[in-house]
Amino acid sequence: MIEYQPKLALGPVLYYWPKEKLLDFYERMSAAPVDIVYLGETVCSKRRAFNIEEWLELAERLTAAGKEVVLSTMALLEAESELKTLRRLCENGRFTVEANDMGAVRLLSEQKAAFVLGTGINVYSSRTLRFLAGLGAKRWVMPVELSRMTLAAIQAERPDNVETEVFVYGRLPLAYSARCFTARHHNLPKDDCQYRCLNDPEGLTLSTREGQAFLAINGIQTQSAQTCNLLAELAELRELKVDVLRISPQAERTETVIETFAACLRGESDPLEVARALNAKLPYGACDGYWQGQPGLRQVVEVV
Amino acid sequence: MAVSVSSSQPKSLELVCPAGNLPSLKTAVDHGADSVYIGFRDDTNARHFPGLNFDAKTATQGVQYAHAKGRRVFVALNTFPQPAGWERWQRAVDQAAELGVDAIIAADISVLDYASRQHPKLPLHLSVQGSATNYEAIRFYHEHFGIRRVVLPRVLSLPQVKHVLENSPVGIEVFGFGGLCIMVEGRCLLSSYVTGESPNMCGVCSPARAVRWEETPRGLETRLGGLLIDRYAPGEPAGYPTLCKGRFEVADQTYYAIEEPTSLNTLELLPELYEMGIAAIKIEGRQRSPAYVTQVTQVWRAAIDACRRNPAAYAPKPEWLRELGKVSEGHQTTLGAYHRTWQ
Repeated sequence: MIEYQPKLALGPVLYYWPKEKLLDFYERMSAAPVDIVYLGETVCSKRRAFNIEEWLELAERLTAAGKEVVLSTMALLEAESELKTLRRLCENGRFTVEANDMGAVRLLSEQKAAFVLGTGINVYSSRTLRFLAGLGAKRWVMPVELSRMTLAAIQAERPDNVETEVFVYGRLPLAYSARCFTARHHNLPKDDCQYRCLNDPEGLTLSTREGQAFLAINGIQTQSAQTCNLLAELAELRELKVDVLRISPQAERTETVIETFAACLRGESDPLEVARALNAKLPYGACDGYWQGQPGLRQVVEVV
Repeated sequence: MAVSVSSSQPKSLELVCPAGNLPSLKTAVDHGADSVYIGFRDDTNARHFPGLNFDAKTATQGVQYAHAKGRRVFVALNTFPQPAGWERWQRAVDQAAELGVDAIIAADISVLDYASRQHPKLPLHLSVQGSATNYEAIRFYHEHFGIRRVVLPRVLSLPQVKHVLENSPVGIEVFGFGGLCIMVEGRCLLSSYVTGESPNMCGVCSPARAVRWEETPRGLETRLGGLLIDRYAPGEPAGYPTLCKGRFEVADQTYYAIEEPTSLNTLELLPELYEMGIAAIKIEGRQRSPAYVTQVTQVWRAAIDACRRNPAAYAPKPEWLRELGKVSEGHQTTLGAYHRTWQ
């Protein structure tokens, strides 16, 4: 029996990195063993390392390097200028788009374009997935708080021709707000934020007064301080016929993470063993709680 | 003291009040709510708290009571069913239809889809949990499910609310008063990250079963899922440990890193909301007592009536603000995201 072989995807960069760092990062990624690359700003429209033309140029370069490119859209859309950017992305006519808001789903279904449902779209059941597949969704990324049990139930009734993607590595996106917590930290109003998040390549860590780190502030987004790592679950991800594994870019060692996942997929490494090695280097530890149906911050499987 | 509501008044600025049980529903109706919203006694709604909400009998009594006085009842079915629990949501939709309620407030696509096909005459409102912050998203729900109204997440500034309203195919309901969610509702997983239970999955945020209060030599400590949320000096008023309202450390500073314990209060924005054509004002707090519902309903009824009579001359009365201050979290209020500098 041939084992189910998922593809590897690189999620959009969730942080604000300077243009040079982004260019260098994607230059390296074009040679990394990922099949799919999601590109674009999904957190804050004030972040403008690249304009749309530059994102599209990058998309062409990565396509030429053999990657499947998907353009990701914003999770929180408030201003008309943000809708304008969204329309341009949805009407790009060349690349698949990842919707992270129902406004994007509407525009993409109007275009009759096949699209991806990102983590910002609440698909909690196969009924919802079937409805959205009817509008053109060809892939969905499972909401990060769902468990393997729920995924198994959805997979059992998954509509034909819809791929399933799971967020398997990175700090988890947990919440979005109108308020910019980075600007708040620096006592600055959001409208004069001075782009302080440029100084935090992986966000600002938030801890309890007992020094227990559990969240990370990334502008208007709140993430987990712990890094989700489901590499040790590779056998089950395959059993559940997950088509795509998403690695979310972190400031350091993203290539190592990708290569480690790729080696495990090729059968050259033991997932449990190398997951242990990856987790040993994490500043605030790993977590797999959501996958196990428990509080998200827990690490249930012993890999440390 | 009951306040009379004239049905000849325009339908704008309808006052929508919370009712966690039958006494709250009755007092909301008696004190001038145009509509009340309720939930059933399970995880089909986002206030799934022990001892709260309506069973078949109290729901029937509540609907009869409100309808006899010409008021409306909405049922919140605003969580996201997972495959294992679908029958509960299906039954809840059917039950709401049989009760003859005036609208269902829902967020999940499978629930909206089922309700719109099975009970096409039953009006649907998009819950705040549906995370519709822009008019393209609202159009999506309107085109597919025929929603009649949308409740906006508490993340937009006043000009942004106006822009959404001008481009929306349906009426807009905004939060006017009560506990302040500062994240986009329907997209906040902080609670499940720490406790395993979230509004989307379980209808709870920072659930009581995960809370611990401990007197220690360092002061009173509140914990959620074992994590220290806050620590209070002697005499300092302590609040419920809602995850986003604790004091935390970021880069060696200790402060309310996400939000202070405070309530939303938009009383002073009423004329602007009225002039822009907001359909309804929602009061948060199904988990609160009938005394809270009485007090808040009374004040908002008086304020809305005053605003409708003469918006230009309207100003919140000091006694209204005092009354609302008493029932506010941390006894403080804020304009929240409506006021740009808060963001």
